[in-house]
Amino acid sequence: MNNQVYPEERIVITGIGLTAPNGNNLKEFRDNLLAGKSGVQKFKTRYVGEVLAGVCDFDALKYQKKKELRRGTRVGSISIYCCREAFSDSGIDLESIDRSRVGVYLGVTEHGNVETENEIYNISKYDYDTKYWSHHHNPRTVANNPAGEVTLNMKITGPHYTIGAACAAGNMGVIQGLQMLRLGEVDIALAGGVSESIHTFGIFASFKSEGALAEHEDPTKASRPFDKNRNGIVCSEGGGVYILERLSDAKKRKAKIYGEIVGYATNSDAFDFILPEPGRQAECIRLALSKAGLKPKDIDILNAHATATQLGDIQECKAIRDVFGGEKGIWINNTKSFIGHTMGAAGTLELSGNLPAFEDGLVHPTLNLDNLDPECYLENIVSDKPKQLDKVNYIMNNSFGMFGINSVLIVKRYKN
Amino acid sequence: MTRDEVRQAIVDILGDIAPDEDMSSLKDDVTLREQMDLDSMDFLDIVMELRKRFNVEVPESDYQELVSMTSCIQYLQPLLKDHQLAS
Repeated sequence: MNNQVYPEERIVITGIGLTAPNGNNLKEFRDNLLAGKSGVQKFKTRYVGEVLAGVCDFDALKYQKKKELRRGTRVGSISIYCCREAFSDSGIDLESIDRSRVGVYLGVTEHGNVETENEIYNISKYDYDTKYWSHHHNPRTVANNPAGEVTLNMKITGPHYTIGAACAAGNMGVIQGLQMLRLGEVDIALAGGVSESIHTFGIFASFKSEGALAEHEDPTKASRPFDKNRNGIVCSEGGGVYILERLSDAKKRKAKIYGEIVGYATNSDAFDFILPEPGRQAECIRLALSKAGLKPKDIDILNAHATATQLGDIQECKAIRDVFGGEKGIWINNTKSFIGHTMGAAGTLELSGNLPAFEDGLVHPTLNLDNLDPECYLENIVSDKPKQLDKVNYIMNNSFGMFGINSVLIVKRYKN
Repeated sequence: MTRDEVRQAIVDILGDIAPDEDMSSLKDDVTLREQMDLDSMDFLDIVMELRKRFNVEVPESDYQELVSMTSCIQYLQPLLKDHQLAS
């Protein structure tokens, strides 16, 4: 082993590629977050019927041939779009770099349900005769599929895999990328999270059976974290991928730097399949602060996980009050009120929507918070319209998931 | 199915499997692989589509019969003689 490691190297975000239900690049997404524009709409799904969902409308043919779309998966396509866009945004010329030094680390909440449901539906038309089951099923459902499709499309020969981490996955992809850069495994990390969740009826049906699927006659009002009348999750698709680099490399090529990841943490509740545990969440937040060498009062914007389930929101707010209670200068928002829950993409997308605050000082609002649930009371929730701050130095992003997987990222305004 | 109809059925299948290709310039006596971007998974798709659309089974030992349009037609026409194209 003569691999050079970089334990102290600062890791920075130098490119962003995304597709959200209300925007196909950072500018569109940010503009819509500031303008209060939702991306939730009515959506027809097999067996369950009409549901509410966040649907992306990026141009899949921008980076893929029709045949690639036919053979691959929706999440593969989302991943390729986001990774290509991130590269394009970073200004790195893919043709001129050593692609064996690029790693693809994509967080996923789940993978394979869509493709398996499709095949079962397909053979149901042939009296369940499995000779009609597609030979494409295995490559479409292996857990590395989304990242693997990226490597084929972009001819990246470095490591690729997905990080299965329920709804913490977007943050976990970023943490993995950061760690691999510090370990010297790669020089460029494509890191983030992706989701094709709305194309599986099972996710809607399961949340419905759990009593946790949002319903509202107006789709744009369905996702209402912290509101008294919230009634569950809006499932969405999407993707968010960063180019992460070691600061020394980014400086060498005079890269545009969105921010520096100065703190991260992940831990486990060890408590329940679905119910979150605020004590462990608070520990995770404190661990991230401690790694960053920060105090709670240093955080300017906190993007909450805020799924709009009855108990999930209450539990998270307990954790936030535990760490930040009494502090006045922390402004809290959430993104799911705009776009629903983009599952594997949530962490990265939600952080992305806040990163421009380093430039413009604006905290984008939370939508649909008409009557704050007293059990979700927090100081300084930004609601309805953006809040202008003098300066934003630190943004914290919470993402939590089933089996009590907790993740927290802290990004700092870049200073040389 | 007439010879032309069999050819059209194959063109329809190839068009779905390789949607980026221009089917109008396909030469019948040149191998499909020389003219189109097709790999082994695509050939399995051809076999699957013949099964789905016409209930025709192509055993693995006969896969070489699908090498060109002409060989496809020769091999499939007897098997498709009782089928209608418009399915």
